Amino acid sequence: MALFILRRVGVMVLTALCLTFIVFFLTNLAPNLEKLAKTQGNARMSDAEVASWLDRNGYGGPLIVRYGEWLGVVPGWLREDPITGEWRGRCLARGQDPEGADRFCGLLQGDLGYSTVSADEVANILGGRLQLTGILMFWAFAVMVPSALLVGVLAGMREGSRTDRSLSTFAIASTATPEYVSGVIFIVLLASSQIGLSPLLVEWGWLDGGTLFLGSARSAMDNVTFWNFTLPVMTIALYGMGYIARMTRASMAEVMTAQYIRTARLKGVSFRNIVLKHALRNALIAPFTVIMLQFPWLLTGVVIVETLFNYNGFGWTLVQAASNNDIELLLACSIVAVLVVLVTQLISDIGYVFLNPRIRIS
Amino acid sequence: MEPLSWSGDLGAFINPILLLAVVLFVAGFVSNFAMALVGIRPGEMVVNADHTLSLHRTPVDFALMAMKYAVLVFAIGVAGYIIGGMILAERGGILGGMASRLTPVWISMAALFAVSIVFKRKLGLYGKLFDSPIGMVGFALVMFWILAAAFSGVVAPHGAITVISQMRNEVPGTALPSPAEGQYAWYLLGGDNLGRDVFSRVIYGAFEVLKIAPLATLFAFMVGVTLGLPAGYYGGRLDTIITFMANLVLAFPVILLFYLLVTPEIVAAGIPNYLSMVLFIFPIVFFVVLFNSRFRTDPPRRNLLVGGAIAIGGLAYLSLISNPSDPNLPLIFRLWPEVLDLFDIPGNLLIVFVSVVFVNSPTVFRIVRGIVLDIKTRDYVAAGQTRGEGPWYIMLWEILPNARGPLIVDFCLRIGYTTILLGTLGFFGLGVSPESPDWGSTINEGRRLLTIYPHPALPPALALMSLVLGLNLLADGLREESLKD
Repeated sequence: MALFILRRVGVMVLTALCLTFIVFFLTNLAPNLEKLAKTQGNARMSDAEVASWLDRNGYGGPLIVRYGEWLGVVPGWLREDPITGEWRGRCLARGQDPEGADRFCGLLQGDLGYSTVSADEVANILGGRLQLTGILMFWAFAVMVPSALLVGVLAGMREGSRTDRSLSTFAIASTATPEYVSGVIFIVLLASSQIGLSPLLVEWGWLDGGTLFLGSARSAMDNVTFWNFTLPVMTIALYGMGYIARMTRASMAEVMTAQYIRTARLKGVSFRNIVLKHALRNALIAPFTVIMLQFPWLLTGVVIVETLFNYNGFGWTLVQAASNNDIELLLACSIVAVLVVLVTQLISDIGYVFLNPRIRIS
Repeated sequence: MEPLSWSGDLGAFINPILLLAVVLFVAGFVSNFAMALVGIRPGEMVVNADHTLSLHRTPVDFALMAMKYAVLVFAIGVAGYIIGGMILAERGGILGGMASRLTPVWISMAALFAVSIVFKRKLGLYGKLFDSPIGMVGFALVMFWILAAAFSGVVAPHGAITVISQMRNEVPGTALPSPAEGQYAWYLLGGDNLGRDVFSRVIYGAFEVLKIAPLATLFAFMVGVTLGLPAGYYGGRLDTIITFMANLVLAFPVILLFYLLVTPEIVAAGIPNYLSMVLFIFPIVFFVVLFNSRFRTDPPRRNLLVGGAIAIGGLAYLSLISNPSDPNLPLIFRLWPEVLDLFDIPGNLLIVFVSVVFVNSPTVFRIVRGIVLDIKTRDYVAAGQTRGEGPWYIMLWEILPNARGPLIVDFCLRIGYTTILLGTLGFFGLGVSPESPDWGSTINEGRRLLTIYPHPALPPALALMSLVLGLNLLADGLREESLKD
């Protein structure tokens, strides 16, 4: 078991290295750097000026060396400005003396770099944003997982029944509704003062002015309420729910045809007891993997929902960083995203082995 | 011109019917639920002493019957709108107007269904689809959009980018201020924020989406199959390497990948072109190996087919990846002479296409690999090996045909997923072009004023949802029917 985990972690680290190198390569392509130089320096720089600006700001060296610097295995760059005589470097604050500064400052040292667009340390920006997204993810999971499991178990316990067919159709419909569609429908239906439910409820006097829910989650960044947070959470939960429900249904239906369930039935155990005490535990092994693998999917969903509802979390930051070519912030975002994907994969693999005693890793 | 109401003259007759159906359905559902909670069960068949069967209906049966007939009545009401709309046209309101614009779609769909149902026993898996109600609903939804896309020039009353500035954000059914001779006099689903007709854009959007999604899925399948067969069949180091690379792409958050591939700076560096250079070679490899392995023992025919595949595929490949008239591309893509360059794909379209293929192919690879791992233990594979067949013959002509069931089902699902991906690209403004009528871009444009003017964003959202739902239901029906034999 330990060897298995060790090997998986090794592959994971290798994958993470490859992926970050690809992101590094793509964000540091010549046209990107040229754009960076022109936005940071002067929009009308000549090619030679761009080259010298890049060199002065540490973008000059070979790609692999800069990747090493960013990773923290190669000493950070250090240059003396030929005009002012001031030392500048990756690890130096403005005007700091090169003596006494760290030689290495990269990912391994916990230094994520500097966001050129927000003019702040990446770590400072990312921390708060991740927390906001964490809140969103937590609520989305809290809604999605129990309801998906409930739908899946109810549908799978009597395969082919009317309940099964209607719940399965619901699950299919929910997987066919991506976040940007369900979000739009929810906003129109529940958060518009023009049409949908809100004007109707106001007319009937059940709602005094305003709308049923708020179509923007901006206020939820300070204070999460039912009113401003329901729609984003529902939007994320709906898309992921169908998939988990279908997997749970398949797993439940398979377990219900197993020999030991038939034995229990023949012994006269009531249907309720069969489902709750005998079938449920075995049926929930497969969905566990699926739920863990939903995280990377949720990431795309989070990006869409945060953009749609104006919630400045991690996904919103990623979009901003990518569209503003904020290289270090984008790199940090991709690190987080890649880590989320890989760690959940690892947990799902290990958890599967623990949950299912029939699988033994030699 | 008068503005149109939603249901026009038809509403007076049909709306009460629809309302009745809805009330009946809700009543049936609620009473059914309540009775199920109390513990009343539907009646069961009882075998009498004289070997006859009898069934005693309980209230639950009547509630279920009410629900069934409610659905039937609702369907009749909807059909009434369609037929009434085709006859009355704009006097049937917005719904009637839309139904009459869609007349060619209704007619061809009716013809298609009639022919398919009559000959369903002779049509193989396709015919079996018409045994499953879910599959039929899915097929109808998909065919609706395919036909709407095919007839988009006839169906859409206005151009996709025709702007009438007085119609900015006008509500559905608004009449044009001064319609020219022969111009359609209404904006059936209103105008968007620039004054373009929402209904026409949805119809043209169907064409945009269906132009890219199935073809991109097909390419992803070619790539996935060409890599997945040897990985699963040979196993070993080859498998380890390809699987690792597939996992790399899969671990990449899709949205980040899109942002990285589609931004103008990356495009200027030619990355999508290099990617297309790699990805589009797989279909040629696939066909060459396919023919070579089959007709290896028959050299004249083999040479003809393989030569043909290389000539046609190669020409298409080189025309596709190279664009000598674009001076911004790296030199390698401008070497191919202009005379032989059959067609140029507009830069943005190629990029969107390539990114979608790139994202989809690792998943297809994993599916194919999994199926091959399962099938290669079968006896007929061992028999082929004993006969002395080559490995590629076994992979492409023994294993692949036997894997077709799950692959067809996945193909349908994956077109839906690709549609969602294309919509995501459009939603972030990374789509084909800013004024393209594809659904994702239209939703993106409409969402800014969503709470005040919901009508520009809602129709494309519902269109996308119904197409993907149709594809999913179709896949479900196919899976169910293919499992039966």
